[in-house]
Amino acid sequence: MKVLVSVKRVIDYNVKVRVKADNTDVDLANVKMALNPFCEIAVEEAIRLKEAGIASEVVVASIGPKAVQEQLRTALALGADRAIQIECDDLPEPLNVAKLLARVVEAEQPGLTILGKQSIDVDNNQTGQMLAALTGRPQGTFASEVKVEGEKAMVTREVDCGLKTVELVLPAIVTTDLRLNEPRYAKLPDIMKAKRKPLEVKTPADLSVELKQHSRLLKVETPASRQAGIKVDSVDALVDKLKNEAKVI
Amino acid sequence: MSILLIAEHDNQTLNPGTLNALTAAQQIGGDITVLVAGSGCAAVADDAAKAAGVSNVLLADNPVYDKALAENLAALVVEQAAGFSHILAPAGTTGKDLMPRVAALLDVGQISEITAVESADTFKRPIYAGNAIATVQSLDEVKVITVRASAFDAAATEGSSAIVNAITTACDAGTSAFVSEEMAKSDRPDLASARVIISGGRGMGTGENFALLDSVADKLGAAIGASRAAVDAGFVSNDLQVGQTGKIVAPELYIAVGISGAIQHLAGMKESKVIVAINKDEEAPIFQIADYGLVADLFQALPELAEKL
Repeated sequence: MKVLVSVKRVIDYNVKVRVKADNTDVDLANVKMALNPFCEIAVEEAIRLKEAGIASEVVVASIGPKAVQEQLRTALALGADRAIQIECDDLPEPLNVAKLLARVVEAEQPGLTILGKQSIDVDNNQTGQMLAALTGRPQGTFASEVKVEGEKAMVTREVDCGLKTVELVLPAIVTTDLRLNEPRYAKLPDIMKAKRKPLEVKTPADLSVELKQHSRLLKVETPASRQAGIKVDSVDALVDKLKNEAKVI
Repeated sequence: MSILLIAEHDNQTLNPGTLNALTAAQQIGGDITVLVAGSGCAAVADDAAKAAGVSNVLLADNPVYDKALAENLAALVVEQAAGFSHILAPAGTTGKDLMPRVAALLDVGQISEITAVESADTFKRPIYAGNAIATVQSLDEVKVITVRASAFDAAATEGSSAIVNAITTACDAGTSAFVSEEMAKSDRPDLASARVIISGGRGMGTGENFALLDSVADKLGAAIGASRAAVDAGFVSNDLQVGQTGKIVAPELYIAVGISGAIQHLAGMKESKVIVAINKDEEAPIFQIADYGLVADLFQALPELAEKL
């Protein structure tokens, strides 16, 4: 079974985000970029399936300008076999991404497609579900455990009040939650080897997908910051403030 | 304008988040229809019919809609979507799972987790884990939206007497099945709707020490939460996690105990009305957003607090 993983290049999760002075967007100039953490978990899960002898090949795809090749190489260094970049000037909206990936799914016919549940930049949490809709495949979102059993996948999902397990008929789409696995670090020899692994570049036109704008970003602002309050010196003072000043107890 | 609101429920009662999403629907304006899809869920439809501002209720009561499998529910929503300008759902895990599938089937985008309604097509939503707020205009004919429940007040449970219309079609994709669920059982209020929340972090030290929070929670009728650090350390299960990747809450009183205040945690609770922090490290970032900070050893402060409440 082939496994397809889609990954996104995003701001490194340790970087403090700054809004541009003209409020048009956040400032990403000269900011450290990295593989989206949820995508890293998706790559790790695919590699573990290969190590377990369930996956025969791991293909990794990313959409965006040439810079995303850096993240594709990271995924190759972690253990993916080959990569596909779909060249776009900027990062398209989730439905466009899903349409492009649907064409890749059509061509590659993976048994399982794994994506991060959301990217830590725009926090949309949409692409995996949209890809499942467009390919008519079942979806196991926010997965904390994936077990492939013959023609089916058992996916345990993190839901609001606990865990829910569903059985999906393969081929299927899975999106990862934080507790699915702990990604490994790439070793230096593997980073060197990754440079020679195949990386194919395609355009939306090659895939016969026309990108469409579905929304317009009008403004980006810094959220109203909360002022620090006061320090109290004892439990008694705290109880008094909550009762008589804040009046919440 | 005409809005279809997808109810979140457990076949018995309406999930409170649906009432918050109903307020967002009222702010958009227009006729509001609530879709209740489930199995043996007629009582939920009756509740929805009474909720303020609801003009119609659609009840799809069929075993194929039990456990809210996205494959089947999305097909149903798309079948019912004709004529609606907006399709809304609360951004719980059910809505997050379902709505992008609906949007893609309708060939439209989705606006995720809105926190404010600016106009019928323009909304505010947090990005970068709440470190920036985007104002986004939808250009699609049909607007598919999920609503962050904590950002809107709950609509009144009484005030309407809408008619419940039954839908008899059964959309079964046949590609997914429910196997099991492990729902956290608790006598305490739900995190999403609790008036008071007391959360523990890595400073709690062990899972057993979370019992110290129980005695305070008992006095206040509070829900218990945790930071991601506490969940990752295995102290408590993930359904208690408050934060960007857990639950986003906005109670009247939030008590953070042994929580340093990582950005990821603050993103989940900084909209709380009153924040109390108890931490022995006076430099902890949590104090920068707390209304009342107590620099103290939690193992002494918690029993004392329980006694004095």
